Amino acid sequence: MADVMQEPLSEELSNMTVGTPTVIVDDLHIVYKVYGASAKKGNAANALSRLVRRQGRPEMKEVHAVRGVSFVANHGEAIGIIGRNGSGKSTLLRAIAGLLPAHKGAVYTNGQPSLLGVNAALMKELTGERNIVLGCYAMGMSPTETREKYDEIVDFSGIGDFIQFPMSTYSSGMGARLRFAISSAKTHDVLLIDEALATGDREFKKKSKDRIMQMRESAGTVFLVAHNLDVIEETCNRVIWLHKGKIKMEGDPQEVLGAYNRV
Amino acid sequence: MSQPESAVADAQAGGRAQESLAALAERYGLRRAIARPSLPAYLRQLWQRRHFIVTYATSKTVSNYSQSALGQLWQVLTPLLNAAVYWLIFGVILAQSKSIHNYPAFLITGVMVFTFTQRTVTGGAKSISSNLSLIRALHFPRATLPLAYAIQELQVLGWSMAVLIVLVLGTGEPISWLWLLIPVALVFQFVFNLGASLFMARVGAFVRDVSQLLPFILRTWLYASGVFYMITERTKGLPSALRWALEFNPAAAYIEFMRDLLIYQRFPERWAWVTCIFWAVFAAIGGFWYFWRAEERYGRG
Repeated sequence: MADVMQEPLSEELSNMTVGTPTVIVDDLHIVYKVYGASAKKGNAANALSRLVRRQGRPEMKEVHAVRGVSFVANHGEAIGIIGRNGSGKSTLLRAIAGLLPAHKGAVYTNGQPSLLGVNAALMKELTGERNIVLGCYAMGMSPTETREKYDEIVDFSGIGDFIQFPMSTYSSGMGARLRFAISSAKTHDVLLIDEALATGDREFKKKSKDRIMQMRESAGTVFLVAHNLDVIEETCNRVIWLHKGKIKMEGDPQEVLGAYNRV
Repeated sequence: MSQPESAVADAQAGGRAQESLAALAERYGLRRAIARPSLPAYLRQLWQRRHFIVTYATSKTVSNYSQSALGQLWQVLTPLLNAAVYWLIFGVILAQSKSIHNYPAFLITGVMVFTFTQRTVTGGAKSISSNLSLIRALHFPRATLPLAYAIQELQVLGWSMAVLIVLVLGTGEPISWLWLLIPVALVFQFVFNLGASLFMARVGAFVRDVSQLLPFILRTWLYASGVFYMITERTKGLPSALRWALEFNPAAAYIEFMRDLLIYQRFPERWAWVTCIFWAVFAAIGGFWYFWRAEERYGRG
């Protein structure tokens, strides 16, 4: 599959200046605060002594997760974001989705980018059927749209009769499949995917790759964070390598992935 | 930008069009991602999410009870047990009941009505702080969460009211035409609860210690609301301002209103109507406005 796709991708890459921008990230800095990161023991006496010494919340630490990232994403692009754990990939996605405020710089978008992250709305004690409805409503779909998409979601997830059982009985792969099926049922202008494809068997991975290509073709932009580099190589036409919150390298997937693998 | 590692990005962006990224964004009509919608737009968005609100509320109820053996039977058992405990303590052990007509009904009505407000406010206070992952993953008007918690409590209330009416009938009160006004009283109270829970949702989202403190505040409120005693009787001989303050307290007003309908079979006085409606309107508008003002800040930092 990879071989088939490389051709049109590199061609598209060279034509990139023609597409209209959908997401512009301009010198973005993200700083967030972490509570409870103290090395001290967190007992009541310590808390009291802090209050007495007027130290407020000393366990609060600032994490400078993204340090000056700039790029332009265009219609029909699929951009892979790679980097080690803690390099700011997920933070960057959240900032693009408008879920984290910029400390400095800005994110400009066309329409509402959405994070493929419906899992937070789902409840594991409920059946798959109920969760499909709940998830679709959570993404802002109407009851009619939900009914129309319902069968497609069940088919795509491929979990068969398990749809009538609570999600707590699912294997992790089945859960991931259902979540991906639900969240990709809605059409997004800009879609941000964070490690959704990490689990699932071979067949499902292929299906989800097709789905991502489909979304790209419907004139959207897809961002993909994954540790599984095969997925990125096969679906993305551009790769951004983040290292310690900065862009270390950006460009053609094979080039960037090649450099990344050499480190 | 001085970091050499970002030079690639700069070159890419700069070489692509000889203009700043901000100007490029403007040329293509791209906007900054974070912005709070206007109040009418916000209300429209909320209305579009009504199916999510109701489904989320029902699902949460199902999910909460799925672990217990008796399941949703607890929706009936909880108010029954509550009423039994309070009746045992205040009706039998502390024997409040002598001067009050039909004390069991008096007490149970007070407990049920207060519990409705108490549970909604508690739910509201944790609605944002316990759903941070949802807030950080999806875009939706954040007020859907306190609203969903309020709807969930409304569903619980349905069962409490059924229990309450059976118990009141059991204590020998006759059915009256005035009972047709019960839904009206509950609508007033529900609107008040909604406003109060929206207010507490914002407070609870930013002041984390509220969840520790809230039970004490609510218990004080419970004792001040004439659930176990009659305010007029207890404040005899005290300054009338105190009595006025206690009776103007929204919880006391809703409790008295319900007792008028259920037990005393009298049409609530005009001041009772005014108080109940005032609190509903005031809380709903104030709470909603206060919540909306921080819309873009929930789940951040």
